[in-house]
Amino acid sequence: MRERPPPLIVGAGPAGIRAAITLVAAGLRPVVVDEGHACGGQIYRQPLAADKRDDRARYGSEAAKASRLHRAFAALGGDIDYRPNTLLWNLRDGAADILRDGTSRRFAYDGLILATGATDRVLPIPGWTLPGVFTLGGAQIALKAQGCAIGRRVVFAGAGPLLYLVAWQYMKAGVDVAAVLDAAPLPAKLNLLRALPLAPGIVLRGLRMAAELAFGGTRVQFGVSGLRIEGEGRVARIVYHAGGRERAMACDGVGYGLNLRSETQAADLAGCAFRFDPRDRAHLPERDAAGRSSVAGVYLAGDGARIAGADAAEAAGERAALALLEDRGLPHDPARAADLEHVLARIDRLRDLLEAAFPFPSHGAGDIADDTLLCRCEEIRAGDARRAIARFSLTEMNRLKAVTRIGMGRCQGRMCGAAAAELLAAQTRRDIGAVGRLRAQAPIKPIPLAAGLSIDERQHDPAH
Amino acid sequence: MTRRIDCDVAIIGGGLVGSSAALALRGMGLSVTLLDKGFCGAQASGVNYGGVRRQGRPSEQLPLSQRAHAIWPRLQQLIGIDGEFLRSGHLKLARSADDMASLERYAAEVAPFGLDLELVGHNQLRERFGVMGDLVGGSFCPGDGHANPRLVAAAFAAAARRAGAEVLENTEVAGVSRTFEGFALEAGDVAVTARSVINSAGAWADRFARAFNEPVPLERTYPSMIVTEPLDPFLSVNIGIEGGGIYARQVARGNVVVGGERATPLDNPDYSRPHSDGALTIMQRASELFGPLRHAQAIRFWSGTEATMPDRNPVLGPSATTPGLIHAFGFSGAGFQIAPGVGEVLAELVRDGQTATPIDAFAITRFSPASQPGGALKQQ
Repeated sequence: MRERPPPLIVGAGPAGIRAAITLVAAGLRPVVVDEGHACGGQIYRQPLAADKRDDRARYGSEAAKASRLHRAFAALGGDIDYRPNTLLWNLRDGAADILRDGTSRRFAYDGLILATGATDRVLPIPGWTLPGVFTLGGAQIALKAQGCAIGRRVVFAGAGPLLYLVAWQYMKAGVDVAAVLDAAPLPAKLNLLRALPLAPGIVLRGLRMAAELAFGGTRVQFGVSGLRIEGEGRVARIVYHAGGRERAMACDGVGYGLNLRSETQAADLAGCAFRFDPRDRAHLPERDAAGRSSVAGVYLAGDGARIAGADAAEAAGERAALALLEDRGLPHDPARAADLEHVLARIDRLRDLLEAAFPFPSHGAGDIADDTLLCRCEEIRAGDARRAIARFSLTEMNRLKAVTRIGMGRCQGRMCGAAAAELLAAQTRRDIGAVGRLRAQAPIKPIPLAAGLSIDERQHDPAH
Repeated sequence: MTRRIDCDVAIIGGGLVGSSAALALRGMGLSVTLLDKGFCGAQASGVNYGGVRRQGRPSEQLPLSQRAHAIWPRLQQLIGIDGEFLRSGHLKLARSADDMASLERYAAEVAPFGLDLELVGHNQLRERFGVMGDLVGGSFCPGDGHANPRLVAAAFAAAARRAGAEVLENTEVAGVSRTFEGFALEAGDVAVTARSVINSAGAWADRFARAFNEPVPLERTYPSMIVTEPLDPFLSVNIGIEGGGIYARQVARGNVVVGGERATPLDNPDYSRPHSDGALTIMQRASELFGPLRHAQAIRFWSGTEATMPDRNPVLGPSATTPGLIHAFGFSGAGFQIAPGVGEVLAELVRDGQTATPIDAFAITRFSPASQPGGALKQQ
């Protein structure tokens, strides 16, 4: 009898790491494919080269969790088939196509855990493509992985808990954080008080960060709207409305983002059914409490399935791995599985409150100025999209893509898709859930034409 | 509640054929209902390669193709956009002396149709067109070109709507039958009665032909395509190759579209995706032919669902069983260029019962002798 192919875990952030540890403990040897150079994902990203900072400086309050995960993953050693710096670019019929160092390879897997993580969600604002403007996640990566700041005097703007976390991390790193401009009005923050009994540690830590920022001289402004970034050739100032008037603030770096969006292309290529999720304002792959998708043998965990943060990702990664073991008829721990589902349910209630405390400024899509770039890759402006929607009576995202090229460029809609959906919904007066979702196509990210035919590990490497 | 529509012509399928027929019929003053199970121009008409090419077509298609050729430069007046149509020329390459001889034979055969084909040698391929690789020569058709299918099909449907056609998207025709006065169609919560019906349902058209006792050997094919990131302009012409295997064009924005190989259907056979191997194969072939592609990235693969007939000619013309029914499908991977001409021909067939453009070679009866009038008797 031929040996069963190994399970495949995509992503080595908190969800992927926990999944790998769980499968190894059960005697399996999973393949772990990750785009990063080292494990940790975005939240626990490791430096490209050793610098003088320790984990405490790099990860702040989350240092203990980061160190624990990094060590546990390193301890797996040869018990996993770990492929860092590797892009998963297609999935079909139980085979995965990956790219590393410009060469494509293909191997068979049996059981797939997708822990693909998230990227920033943005709504375009005037000046958002000026040099010196970063997403919040990008600003954080610069700091964690390279020890670089995005400017000397930096403003963080947008919405979501990450806004305060990144601003605080910058302040701690010695950067002049001029302002935190929060789109949510102050009353929304009352939801944090409701969240206090659920997760006192998280809520208090967040409030402490905001307080430390304010005491440290950072202007913390709620109810901000009408953001625009100005400068000749690069960021010079940010202009905004708050308290009934327009204000301006000089800066040379801006971190901007409106919470996060899930990376769902791999789930789409794997054939998973999707469903609209009102909290994330996105179509997400369906899953049960254990992380099983609509496709047998495909499991979903972490922010790639739905935004819930790093603690939930750890729990969901382990839970998904337990489901894989159960479905494979291997020994698993039902009591542990139940505990994990309990943890995930509690975090889910917390996320509902956090979303209410840091709401997405959905009204903003209708206000995007016509001359603001909506799709950077294909250089499509909001006005181009609006004219196409009217001319072709468009109501659906893939049609908007077909007619305007929005989402057809290098990012394949990962950067612009959420904003384009908001704009289409606003213009056609539809609910954001009613405009559809961009269908994913391979390759998940660009691959070189010179990649050559895939080296087929199914023939060359039967030991796997 | 069921909505009732009465019209002169009901068109099943809002691809480029159905949409251009709708626009032409509105131009004649006839009332039109255009029905599509999804979105107009979202299937093969909208996701094809975008070649606007006469060269290489069998001679029986050339009168129709020439008629369409006259329409392409007038898109701006006709549908309000130029569809990114570029009269770039189409260069068909030959990999061997045999292939070159085949191109020479074709050029002689179609000379009466005025395609102005120019045979070019190996050196000219490199000097004039920047094409490398192990090639013998090629045949250049200066009047051919390429366009953006995503825009053209959708714009014909939008223009038909502006001209007064009733365009019903996400409205799948569940049943169509001949009545005393014409036809009755059921589509979701819409009931349509019409004097004439055009079956332009592409890869789904065989179902409607069969409903009128005209089964056809339609097969679904799934062309496989890739597109690169935008590159500096290096490819001025639309490229094909004798014997097939690769075709390529560079759009004004700089992206290079490359096709070849076949995709395969997903679990739901209405949808398909390229195979990794097929996509990597055409990427490799393209980077061998064009130096600038060696350092380029592919950003997207895609495929579409195409109706192909065994003899690679479409089915175009009146039904042999049912007066008032006209078929137009099965363009076998080469429908984009001729579709606007087909739309005009269909409108003439509806209004006049005939057209000056020769279409006899495309009669549906060629697949089913028994369905020809009197055919069953003759067999006895």
